[in-house]
Amino acid sequence: MGEVLHTLSAGELGRRLAAGTLTSRALCEALITRFKALNETVGAFTHLDQADVLAQADASDARRKAGQGRGPLEGIPVAIKDNIAVKGQPLTCSSKMLAPLVSPYDSHVAERLRAAGAILYGRLNMDEFAMGSSTENSAIRKTFNPWDLARIPGGSSGGSAAALAAGLVPLSLGSDTGGSIRQPASHCGVVGLKPTYGLISRFGLVAFASSLDQIGPMARSIEDCELLLNALASADARDMTCFGPADRALAPSGDAKKLRIGIPKGFLGKGVAPEVAAAVNAAVAFYRAQGCAISEVELPSSDLAVPTYYVVATAEASSNLGRYDGVRYGHRSASAGTPVEMMTASRSEGFGPEVKRRILLGTFVLSAGYADAYYVRALRARAKIRGEYLAALAGVDMLLTPTVPTPAFKVGEKASDPLQLYLEDIFTIPANLAGLPALSVPCGKSGHLPVGFHLVGAPLSEAKLLAAGRLFEAAHGFAHQQAAL
Amino acid sequence: MSTPPSDWEVVIGLEVHVQLHTRAKVFASSPWGFGQEPNEQVDPVVLGLPGTLPVVNREAVEKSILFGLVVGASVPEHCSWDRKNYFYPDNPKNYQLTQKDFPVVVGGQVEIELPGASRNVMGEHKFIRIHHAHLEEDVGKLSHAGSGSLVDYNRAGVPLLEIVTEPDLRSSAEAEAFLRSLVAMITQAGVADCDMEKGQLRCDCNVSIRRRGTEKLGTRTETKNLNSISSVRDTVIYETARQIRELEAGRSITQETRGWNAELVRGYVLRDKEDAHDYRYFPDPDIPTLKISRETVTRLSALVPENLYDRQRRYIANLGLPYTAASVLVNDRALAEWFELAVAAHPANPSGIANLVANDLLRDLAASATAPVSLESCLIKPAQLAGLVKLTDEGVISKQQAKEVFTEMFTSGRDAAAIVDAKGLRQNSDTGELEKIVQEVIADPAVAKSIAEYRAGNEKAINALKGPIMKRTQGKANPVLIDQLLRKFLG
Repeated sequence: MGEVLHTLSAGELGRRLAAGTLTSRALCEALITRFKALNETVGAFTHLDQADVLAQADASDARRKAGQGRGPLEGIPVAIKDNIAVKGQPLTCSSKMLAPLVSPYDSHVAERLRAAGAILYGRLNMDEFAMGSSTENSAIRKTFNPWDLARIPGGSSGGSAAALAAGLVPLSLGSDTGGSIRQPASHCGVVGLKPTYGLISRFGLVAFASSLDQIGPMARSIEDCELLLNALASADARDMTCFGPADRALAPSGDAKKLRIGIPKGFLGKGVAPEVAAAVNAAVAFYRAQGCAISEVELPSSDLAVPTYYVVATAEASSNLGRYDGVRYGHRSASAGTPVEMMTASRSEGFGPEVKRRILLGTFVLSAGYADAYYVRALRARAKIRGEYLAALAGVDMLLTPTVPTPAFKVGEKASDPLQLYLEDIFTIPANLAGLPALSVPCGKSGHLPVGFHLVGAPLSEAKLLAAGRLFEAAHGFAHQQAAL
Repeated sequence: MSTPPSDWEVVIGLEVHVQLHTRAKVFASSPWGFGQEPNEQVDPVVLGLPGTLPVVNREAVEKSILFGLVVGASVPEHCSWDRKNYFYPDNPKNYQLTQKDFPVVVGGQVEIELPGASRNVMGEHKFIRIHHAHLEEDVGKLSHAGSGSLVDYNRAGVPLLEIVTEPDLRSSAEAEAFLRSLVAMITQAGVADCDMEKGQLRCDCNVSIRRRGTEKLGTRTETKNLNSISSVRDTVIYETARQIRELEAGRSITQETRGWNAELVRGYVLRDKEDAHDYRYFPDPDIPTLKISRETVTRLSALVPENLYDRQRRYIANLGLPYTAASVLVNDRALAEWFELAVAAHPANPSGIANLVANDLLRDLAASATAPVSLESCLIKPAQLAGLVKLTDEGVISKQQAKEVFTEMFTSGRDAAAIVDAKGLRQNSDTGELEKIVQEVIADPAVAKSIAEYRAGNEKAINALKGPIMKRTQGKANPVLIDQLLRKFLG
């Protein structure tokens, strides 16, 4: 039985746990066995506290036995990206800077998962401080795409996607600032949702770019993704940008076959690989055949999205990452000197090259004499992009594009070309700039490599996006897929 | 002492940082207060731990709005916060949340009173305009010990209202009067305690000079982090003299940031303009723009106390108080309200009540063992003090006896009448018995000279007869009655 547990969906595991044919301990033991066998190969996890996991599993089993089960996630492991705080667990952001840090507090989502009875299962690798699209910027380890171990899993939530595709865990949490949930989901053949900005509390999510960051669920099926989303979304007074409880976003939507889907004009011209275009066009054809209304929409400012993003995100990051100075926690340089010299040395030693690049860029765009030309202009462009998306979404229920222009590239292939890497996010960035919900759904393969399509909806239209995803998933064989390892 | 030579005029603007009186810190739920062990008053948000977020403390915003209402500022529809980025170990996030573009208070003015020719004479009144006030977070404290540095974050995140004046002040005396007036208004409204010994009020002082009669402002210097009113006064005196000396020697003033050594009573250069920080301000993405509802403003308006100089004018004009007593009373809202309760109980003699409150009551409170001086723990209640003044006014006891009764009331809290009766102080108002004594005294040849003088028109001579009468009655005779009887018999 332990052999197959890792292939099951969270929904199915929940049903078995509820029926008493499975215990959380047995499930966690099976997953720990698989972790021991595969994590060195895949590199998805940076940390797994096995004793803690088994203690949580025993507590869950005891609750269930006492009739105090907490719902559909009771006893089910959820792995967590290493930029989301869990009390007593490392919070490294895959950075040397925070390598010594153990979080003294729980994030809001960690509290929600505990309240739902879930097992907080390990720490997932990522690009350092969520800056990157390949997880190659992790200072801790490399993560490999389970479908092709020579390739990257995407990023920055690469560990979250790879852990699912390798069957190391049924559910995971990622964070998404410009595509960091959806792009690795697409590359690893799993489902990833970036919720509406403000649907899920950011309290306990280590900030990269505060006005863009959102925590989101990742899973191997739409059903599992929705299960996790329902546990995460709730009001939280500790995050002033969180508006939950968002009943509207989670309410059952109408008939998916009546959805109006907009296709942004000219998206295939943006360096989209032929196999990707073919898979996405097939998805469009599927929706049309189901009775959905397909139309072309104009988004004239979409070319501004990537430059706008790299100004706004780096500006906020340069300030957000200011606090890592070795004074209170994290890496402290051994070199002596004045407090300010110690801070400078700690930052020079603690941050990796991509993080430094973005801090420098962000510092520049906020500097006196340059802020108007860069930061202030970027805010105007952002407002324009948001306006265009909202206008387009007034006429259709959602927009459909590829999630990423090309399938996963080889490890090291783009490491020397950050600008090329930034284009990985060309389809995903606008949803962050506009604060919109967006979903990546597996829709085929380019050779042996997964491809996903991308749905963007109006604020709080998560239920509609998931309904559209479910319609596609039910008719295709991409749910619950795992790489053979 | 502070007047510059007549052909130079000093122009002063102040930035006053006031720690607001709130239970929790401005963006975190951690409480704060004075005298705790280092790093006791911290939480993950105060320490800027990764993943923590600021949440605006409603109480701090409301105290800021209340301040705005106290100085007659307009309360904006919205306010928002910005990040001021700079690296220093006392700054847990290496940015400070402050309000650059949309502060919570815009405009307003503070009435000040300059010292008069003597303490019994009211000085000139002026209005000093407030440019704006913004709500920000305080930083921690860095200290150097041996080869290392220590940092205490108890103060980090304490709500700080920075009140920025227009350059309206023209002397050290005006700067001092402004700060006294500001502190009185802030404390009377319950906005802050302004305890300077606890660092709850700190000033940055901008000083420039120009030739009297000219409009153009001179180059200014900013002396930072002055933690007492006397330091501000001394800084203005010092900096005025220094700038005059520089300009008269043919040198120019450098725009610079200065520090102040209160022990040596002298300033020093901290950094010049070339070293000015680029703070890279931008709107804080974690705190959405805050809407200030008109309902909140209306509710807070009801909490604004009477302006202290309006109160002073009312006491002088309506209650007939001398300036000296009025000025003492209005500086302490609790004292003034206590006084007004007493007046309400005996409206006939506000000056008599004011005299006892401003002199005897304050003196005994200050001398009592329980510091700080507190009206709440005072055993005498306003109506009881009114009762004492009433007994005096009715001639039941003399003013001299009233002082004695007051002392007894202060220690026991008993009513004046009860003390008068218990001590047998009630003055003799038995006309028949007193008439006899008065006639006996008049008949005494020892006072014949005084009687003659009185009859010759010297009014005061009658007083010489009152002493012997009092002596015979052991001081219990009603002086009003004695006076009436003497005049009757001396015709």
